[in-house]
Amino acid sequence: MQISKSLKRLIYWQLGIPVTLLTIGIYHGLMQTIYRSGLIHQNSFAHLDYYQGLTLHGVINAIVLTTFFAVAFGHATITFYLKSEPNKFISWLSFWLMAIGTDFAAWAMLSGKASVLYTFYPPLKGHPLFYLGAALLIVGSWLPLFDWARMYVHWKKSNRETKTPLAVLGTLVNFIIWFVCTLAVAYEVLVLLLPWALGWKPTVNVTLARTLFWFFGHALVYFWLLPAYIMFYTMLPKLAGGKLFSDLAGRIALFLFLIFSVPVGVHHQYSDPSISQGIKLFQGLLTYGVTIPSFITAFTLAASLEYAGKKRGSKGLLGFFKKLPYLDPNRYLFAYMICGLILFIFGGLTGMVNASGQLNSVVHNTAWLPGHFHMTVAGPVFLAIIGMSLYLYSTNSGKKIFLPRLNVIIPYLWLIGILIFSTGLSWGGLIGEPRRTNLGLTYLNPKNELFTPEWVPTTMLALLGGIIMTIAALFFFIVFFGTMFSRKKVQAQLTLPVSEALHDEKRIPLFDTFKPWLVTMAVILVISYTPALINALKNPGPGAPRFTPDSPVPQETSNTIK
Amino acid sequence: MPEMDPSEKKVLVTTGIVLMLFIFSVLYARNRNNDLPECIPYNKTYTEPKISKIDDSTYQVFAVAKMWQFEPSKIYIPVGSEVDFYVTSMDVVHGFNIPEKNVNLMAVYGNINKTTVKFEKAGVYKITCHEYCGIGHQSMQAEVIVNIPLNK
Repeated sequence: MQISKSLKRLIYWQLGIPVTLLTIGIYHGLMQTIYRSGLIHQNSFAHLDYYQGLTLHGVINAIVLTTFFAVAFGHATITFYLKSEPNKFISWLSFWLMAIGTDFAAWAMLSGKASVLYTFYPPLKGHPLFYLGAALLIVGSWLPLFDWARMYVHWKKSNRETKTPLAVLGTLVNFIIWFVCTLAVAYEVLVLLLPWALGWKPTVNVTLARTLFWFFGHALVYFWLLPAYIMFYTMLPKLAGGKLFSDLAGRIALFLFLIFSVPVGVHHQYSDPSISQGIKLFQGLLTYGVTIPSFITAFTLAASLEYAGKKRGSKGLLGFFKKLPYLDPNRYLFAYMICGLILFIFGGLTGMVNASGQLNSVVHNTAWLPGHFHMTVAGPVFLAIIGMSLYLYSTNSGKKIFLPRLNVIIPYLWLIGILIFSTGLSWGGLIGEPRRTNLGLTYLNPKNELFTPEWVPTTMLALLGGIIMTIAALFFFIVFFGTMFSRKKVQAQLTLPVSEALHDEKRIPLFDTFKPWLVTMAVILVISYTPALINALKNPGPGAPRFTPDSPVPQETSNTIK
Repeated sequence: MPEMDPSEKKVLVTTGIVLMLFIFSVLYARNRNNDLPECIPYNKTYTEPKISKIDDSTYQVFAVAKMWQFEPSKIYIPVGSEVDFYVTSMDVVHGFNIPEKNVNLMAVYGNINKTTVKFEKAGVYKITCHEYCGIGHQSMQAEVIVNIPLNK
């Protein structure tokens, strides 16, 4: 369909800004593996400190890229399926809030005043503009939800008996999860941290801040994941040359995510003090509830691919795997998605390990963790994001893909890189290699008394994987910016691949309405988070003053902005 | 409900069984080996670094994490001792990880973390800070020395 110039421009900016920043994020990813392997024994390289680089890597790749993309993709799916455009004022206001917020945070990080990593745990204090920037980015990303909800209600009025398109349902579910979970982090940032960082409040309750952060932090991963899920359900079967096995399965999975995404955050705090064992166990068990929509999805997607393979003439039980369009440059989105799905098998399995309180004590905060989440957020999520960014850009601008044959091998190169990288990290984690540590200075410096030779092979594997990933990312930048700077050749339009359903079940009201699901979500949230918050308010002692990364002496409260 | 595909039914049953297995394992493993840390309210006593012997095979360690060291930095105990670790921080969040014993705690200002672990074999067990705690994070390590020499 044809869309207005304004919406087109909005989508370009929302894709272009994060992909441009991604160059910084990727560079610092590579640098992590270099520092950690002991290839260099330095605090900083090219005037950027290790922990500053790690903060940039986390914030840009996991917060800025994902949030901008989710909003752009949301605009695209809602506009495409509901056949009308979002409100111009609201969507541009949302864009400017997000862009200004990103600028604030980027300034704080690049000037070295907020090397607090993307989790910004107090009482390590970043520059106030870092917190303000994060809050603006989040609040900006809320606005479209209300506009889309208005459009959906309007659409539903004249389509009462029509099933809500799966992609629209997915986008709405995703942004409801996002709105609910970010309420907690907005409270943490605006009420607990910002006044404290400015010196207006002397101390902060660290456990309360951590609990609020993880209320947000786990749901965040589903916010990353759901755009990819929407693509897997509504586009992948079509790209593979088949049909979606079941439309209803997709709806059930999405509503289950609505229920289970948020009330499980305490499983990130198994090792924390002041939170009782009971609530940790309870949220741990709820976490296993998330495996239900994941298993449903795994089955439905595999069945859809099998159908596609059989249609293309495959034989035998697993013969369909050989018949899929892996290297078709015209269906490069298939390549991006299938590689993500392969990684997600390992990402999901390692995730189930982390969800167990006992196994967590083996791997918590070790290199195992980045090993795990690079197979989720840097797997299906990242590949879906970059693949779809390229697709949305090229179709909306009418420009052909630059170097299409190179483009289609990028995801495979990335897949190989991640598998090697995550093997190194996971193995290292199991033998105690810590995450978030400049290992090259001490533990991987043969001249240092803390030298730990066991971690040489593990960090070397991560380095090798990191180099391959960086090459894949470089190829992507060549293709993306090459496409951007090429000339318009074909007709520009907003278009998305649309999968038909093999089993297109008739509309079931329960799976086409939000109310009962929202009520269930609220009830489970209250049950699972009330005890955790009471613990966080009652058990800790005095609040903590402000510390900067360079000194064990707390900052004076009168010293407002440093 | 519309008719379900037979393979969908099979996969739902399989999912149910796998899920039960997970939940059973999690519950079964409770209280064996290492459990989740104990939840105890804040008490100032624990913020003074200390090693105390309760009886011949039971020790109590008040471990205090600071930017960028643990106190006490060397903990000597005899083979076969059971040690209660009480862990806290004087400043930012630190980690307290003894990989060989699956001791994995966060040290948090104003909060007391606790776990119990038995050291059956002689040796040197490294305690590594595994949470980013500022510019000196990568140098923050301490040791539990089992059996050499008896009592410091």
